[in-house]
Amino acid sequence: MRFTKDHEWVVLEGDVATIGISAFAAEQLGDVVFVEVPEVGKTVKAGDPFAVVESVKAASDVYAPISGEVVESNDELASSPGTVNAAPEASGWFAKVRVSDPSEIEKLMDRAAYEAFLATQ
Amino acid sequence: MSSTALDRPLKTTPLSEAHVALGARMVEFAGYSMPVQYPDGVMKEHLWTRENAGLFDVSHMGQARLRGADPFAAFEALTPGDFSGLKPGKQRYSLLLNDDGGIIDDLMAARPISPDGTGDDGLFVVVNGACKENDFEVIGRTLAGQVTIQRLEDRALLALQGPKAAQVLAAHVPEAAGMAFMDARALTGFGVDLIVSRTGYTGEDGYEISVPGEAATRIWNTLLADERVRPIGLGARDSLRLEAGLPLYGHDLDEATSPVEGGLNFALSKRRREAGDFPGADRILRELADGPTRVRVGLNILEGAPAREGAEVADERGAVVGVVTSGGFSPSLRQAIALAFVPPALAQPGTPLKVLVRGKAQAAEVTATPFVPHRYVRKP
Repeated sequence: MRFTKDHEWVVLEGDVATIGISAFAAEQLGDVVFVEVPEVGKTVKAGDPFAVVESVKAASDVYAPISGEVVESNDELASSPGTVNAAPEASGWFAKVRVSDPSEIEKLMDRAAYEAFLATQ
Repeated sequence: MSSTALDRPLKTTPLSEAHVALGARMVEFAGYSMPVQYPDGVMKEHLWTRENAGLFDVSHMGQARLRGADPFAAFEALTPGDFSGLKPGKQRYSLLLNDDGGIIDDLMAARPISPDGTGDDGLFVVVNGACKENDFEVIGRTLAGQVTIQRLEDRALLALQGPKAAQVLAAHVPEAAGMAFMDARALTGFGVDLIVSRTGYTGEDGYEISVPGEAATRIWNTLLADERVRPIGLGARDSLRLEAGLPLYGHDLDEATSPVEGGLNFALSKRRREAGDFPGADRILRELADGPTRVRVGLNILEGAPAREGAEVADERGAVVGVVTSGGFSPSLRQAIALAFVPPALAQPGTPLKVLVRGKAQAAEVTATPFVPHRYVRKP
């Protein structure tokens, strides 16, 4: 699992990346009440707004950690947005993307580097 | 995910260290470092207040006493309320109005007295924190020679809200139990002088309690030691007031918005309407007679994302007819709700509308407010 400074995570299997938000991000957001996941077929570029996650108080953008085409979205989050809090780095995933450049993942932090980054926040 | 860092020194309330000790997340609000939530989070804090008792620090708000030969009559020059008729021991919600009938701020003004009837000491006003400097400047300038303003910056303000608030406070301040909604008393409790009003900003029964700043932390901790009480941040304060249908100044009300547009006709006293002697009376009386061009309504958001401040409101054909001024997720109703301004023809409960959120038109419906019934105690 790799992480961005904006607190998204990516797991790359073959050329398909599963994307979500980190446990730290989910804890910071508090109770998630709505998630807007990207539509299948949408092309996303690393760093672009990719999804929206909403708490009682506010809406926050989630940025694409890696470029590619969305091949699957986690539609379960529409009826159970709380899954993002319950299992942010597992069943609370947002979408799967067929990556256009797998080497982009090398720019992201591994867990040890991400935890070191969190310690500076 | 993104976050905003604090980049300038902020004012603090006497309870700042207590919030940090409780693990609060502190944010800037009205120039103060304030707790937006505690470790429980907005959802739990909100629901706790609806079922038990929530304790809020609202010391950023502006407290003052207006004194003079007749500060009650004088205050009518800036407001549409009947302050000459304000009886000792009572409080009113009112509005500072500009000459165009727009709202400079909304406020509470009270005439607190002791249980023995003494202690009548001018008009005690509480105004919004973000507006207080301007409010007191306007009051001082407009009422120069008639009132003196004593700002009570050495006092903190606590709100204890929820169905168990009365039982909790009665253990420390027995006289509070006999107060009715919108009563105001000068009481002794926790060994210090208090100004207590039975009011709040959640729709629940409860109190706002003005306390000496140096006693604030001790009183805060004493109340929190009661297992029925938990600390509640500004996040849940906002979601609670939204469910109660109560407007938030700077969002639902501003200098361009009249009381009639804002759905605040109850703040226009009968005597003052007949006299037409308040700022902006021409416009306000015309709107009362002919109807305003827009009016504040409640919306149930029937599908999709919460519609937040700034989201456009459209009619069924897709024409933009208004705007959301406050919106979010209602923890009690488990759906998105909003306050919005729309033309009166579209303001009847049941009217189908759309809200535009990130380019999507989502179904919404006008609904009567409050979204969650008020539970004020009018006869203790």
